Amino acid sequence: MEAAAGGGCGSGPALLLSEGEQQCYSELFARCAGAAGGGPGAGPPEAARAAPGAATAAAGPVADLFRASQLPAETLHQITELCGAKRIGYFGPTQFYVALKLIAAAQSGLPVRMESIKCELPLPRFMMSKTDGEIRFGNPAELHGTKVQIPYLITEKNTFKRVDDEDKQQETQSPTMSPLASPPSSPPHYQRVPLSHGYSKLRSSTEQMHPAPYEARQPLVQPEGASSGGPGAKPPRHQASLIRSFSVEREPQDNNSNYLDEPWRITEEQREYYVNQFRSLQPDPSSFISGSVAKNFFTKSKLSIPELSYIWELSDADCDGALTLPEFCAAFHLIVARKNGYPLPEGLPPTLQPEYLQAAFPKPKWECALFDSYSESMPANQQPRDLSRMEKLSIKDMADFPVPTQDVTGDDKQALKSTVDEALPKDMSEDPATPKDSNNLKARPRSRSYSSTSIEEAMKRGEDPPTPPPRPQKTHSRASSLDLNKVFQPSVPATKSGLLPPPPALPPRPCPLQSEQASEAELHSQLNRAPSQAAESSPTKKDIPYSQPPSKPIRRKFRPENQATENQEPSPTVGGPAVATVKPHPTVQKQSSRQKKAIQTAIRKNKEANAVLARLNSELQQQLKEVHQERIALENQLEQLRPVTVL
Amino acid sequence: MAVCVAVIAKENYPLYIRSVPTENELKFHYMVHTSLDVVDEKISAMGKALVDQRELYLGLLYPTEDYKVTFPNQLCSYGYVTNSRVKFVMVVDSSNTALRDNEIRSMFRKLHNSYTDVMCNPFYNPGDRIQSRWAAALLGLPPSLCSSALLKGTVLR
Repeated sequence: MEAAAGGGCGSGPALLLSEGEQQCYSELFARCAGAAGGGPGAGPPEAARAAPGAATAAAGPVADLFRASQLPAETLHQITELCGAKRIGYFGPTQFYVALKLIAAAQSGLPVRMESIKCELPLPRFMMSKTDGEIRFGNPAELHGTKVQIPYLITEKNTFKRVDDEDKQQETQSPTMSPLASPPSSPPHYQRVPLSHGYSKLRSSTEQMHPAPYEARQPLVQPEGASSGGPGAKPPRHQASLIRSFSVEREPQDNNSNYLDEPWRITEEQREYYVNQFRSLQPDPSSFISGSVAKNFFTKSKLSIPELSYIWELSDADCDGALTLPEFCAAFHLIVARKNGYPLPEGLPPTLQPEYLQAAFPKPKWECALFDSYSESMPANQQPRDLSRMEKLSIKDMADFPVPTQDVTGDDKQALKSTVDEALPKDMSEDPATPKDSNNLKARPRSRSYSSTSIEEAMKRGEDPPTPPPRPQKTHSRASSLDLNKVFQPSVPATKSGLLPPPPALPPRPCPLQSEQASEAELHSQLNRAPSQAAESSPTKKDIPYSQPPSKPIRRKFRPENQATENQEPSPTVGGPAVATVKPHPTVQKQSSRQKKAIQTAIRKNKEANAVLARLNSELQQQLKEVHQERIALENQLEQLRPVTVL
Repeated sequence: MAVCVAVIAKENYPLYIRSVPTENELKFHYMVHTSLDVVDEKISAMGKALVDQRELYLGLLYPTEDYKVTFPNQLCSYGYVTNSRVKFVMVVDSSNTALRDNEIRSMFRKLHNSYTDVMCNPFYNPGDRIQSRWAAALLGLPPSLCSSALLKGTVLR
C-alpha cells in the first residue's frame, strides 16, 4: 500500500506522497472539491495529479471530512493552519493533501508539524466508509463504525461509493442534492434517505469513472447560504428533470467552473423570491415583463444606470426588450450579486442562462402555459401588444421574433387586403371574427377561402339574425370611427346616415382591416387609417339590430364547413360575441326575406361609405401635395443657403 | 477592410464611433462627418417616395485618395440609414480586396441588428451615446476589422 515516496505528487512542492496516498487523497479531494472539482475530480488520480492547481475544495465537505477523522477540534485547527488553507482561504489540492497528511500524522500520534509529514505515514482514517480508497487503504476495522452517526456522511457514503463508478452527470444532481446533503447541521435522516435512494438510482444509471462531480455541487450552495432544508420531495423530481435537462457537455464545464459559479447559482429560496417578485409585476408567470416595467423595478435597486443597462444586456438573452421568468431571475440575481459586491461577469454565467434556469427549476406548466396562454389570452385580450407577445412566445425559440411577428401581421394584412377585392360575404365573415382574437388568425384564411357561398346559404338556411348585444362590443370601433369622422368632417354625416343600414356589402377591406386593427392597431393604424374608417363604420353599422342578417352570412363564412348542413350552429359559433346567445332559429322564411332587405340596405351603406372614403382620399391627397410643395420650398431654401455656409 | 464605423443619430451627432488605427482617428472622424452631407443628399433625393420604398442601404458615398499616411490606399465610405433616420457610416479601406457590395450590405445588416439589440435595452435612452462595453461588442465592428480588442475595453464617452 504505501510505497516509499513513490510517485511524487505534483500537488505540493515538498510533499511526497506514496502511490496509495496519492490515489486516496485525490479521491478524497475530488469528493470534497467544490465546483472546481475539475482538477482532482477528473477521473483517475493521474489526471488529478496533472491538474491539481485548478481545483479547490470547499470548506464544508472538507470540514466534515476532517471531523470524521475524529481528531480533536484544536488539532484540526492546527492542521488547517499548517496546511496553509487558512492563509489562502480555501483548500487547494496542495493544502488538502498536506492536511490529509497531517491528519494521518496526528492519528498516528505524531505532533502536528510540517516535519511530521515528511516521513511515511499511514493513511488518515476517517470514521466513515466514505471512499473505496479508504476501504482499500484505510483501516477496515473502522469502516463499520458510526456509519449512522453522521447523517450527512451517510448520504455521502452512498454517494461516495458510487462516486467512483459514477458519472459526470451526477453533478447535475448536485444542485438539488447539495442543500440537503451539505449543510453541516445534520439534517434529518428521512430527507437523506430518499435522496440517497434517488441518487443511487441515478448513479446506477450512469457510468463514468468520474469521482468528483457529484460532490462538486455540494459546497456550492453552502456559501450561498441556501439553507433550504430542502424539500425532500423535490430532489427526485429535480433529479429526474435534471437528468433530462442536463446534457453531458455541461459537466466538464461545471467541473471546472462550479466553484467559481457559486455566486451565480440561484438557490431555491432565491428562486422563490424572484418568482414572487415576477408575479408581483406580471401575474402570468409564463408571460413577459416589458422593458419599461422592468426598468422601473430594477431602478429601485439603486444601482447605476450603466450597470443596470449592462445587467440587462446580460440577462435579456434574446434581446427582445422584455424579460421572461428565467431572464428575470437571472437579472435579479445579477443585481443581488452586484449589490453584495460581486463584480459583474463578462458574460452570462452558464448557471444563469435561461435554458439552464428553466431546466433547473422546471415549471412543467411553462411549456404548456405557453400555448395555453397563447390560446387563452387571445380571446381574452384584444390588445395588439398581447398578440405580438403571444406570437413572440410561440416564436420565441425561433431566430428573430420581431420578424415572425411582423410576418404574421404582414400575413394578416395581406389576408385582409386580398379579401378587399373579393365578395361581400367575406367581409361579413371577417367582421364577426374581429372581436375574437383567437379566431382572427384562423378566421381570415377561412374567410378568404370560403367567401362566395355565404350569402346564398344564409338566405336559404335563414339563420336567426345575430343578436345585437354581441355587436355592440365593437363599440371601440364605433367610437374610433366617430372620432375619425370628426377629424374628417365630410365623412361624418355620411357615416351617420350610413349607420342605419348595415352594409354587408362593405368591401372586405374594412372588416379585415378592422379585425386586424383590433389585434395590431398600434402597428398599422396609420396605414389602415382610411380603410379602417370604413371598416369601423361598417361594423358599427352592423351593430345595429337589423344588421343581423348580414352577420349571418359572415358567420356562415366564418365556419364554412358547418354551414353546409347546419343553419344554426354556425351562428352561435361564428358570431363571435354573438356566439353565446345565438340559438337555432325556427323562423327560416322570415329571415330569408329579412336578409334580402338587410343585404340591400347593406349594399347601399357600403356605397355611401365608399363615397365617404373617396372624399377622404382626395382630401388627403391634396394635403399631401401641399406638404410636398412645402418641402420642396424648404429644400430650395436650404440649397440656396448651403453655398454660403460652405465658405 | 473596414477601418471606421460610426453610428450617427438623427440630429447628426455621433452615437458611437470607432476606428481601428487609433492614430488617425481624427481623420476618420472628419471623413465620417463629410460623408454625412452625402448621406443627407441621398436621403433628400429619395424624399418624395414613401418610406417603404426607400432603400436603407445607401451605397458608396464617395471615395478619397487620401490616407497616404500609412499606405496609399483608397478610402471609401458607405452609408446606411435606418427608418428612424439613424445613420451608419462605414469607412472602408479598399486596398486589400475590392469588397463586394453584398459584403458591405451584410456588414450593415449586422450593424443594424446590433443596434436594435441595444435599442431593446430599456435602460438605453434613444439619443444617448452608446456607452456600454457590451454594446460595443454588440455593435462589434465587422469581422474584417482587425482589432477586436478595440471594442472590448473602451467605452465611448
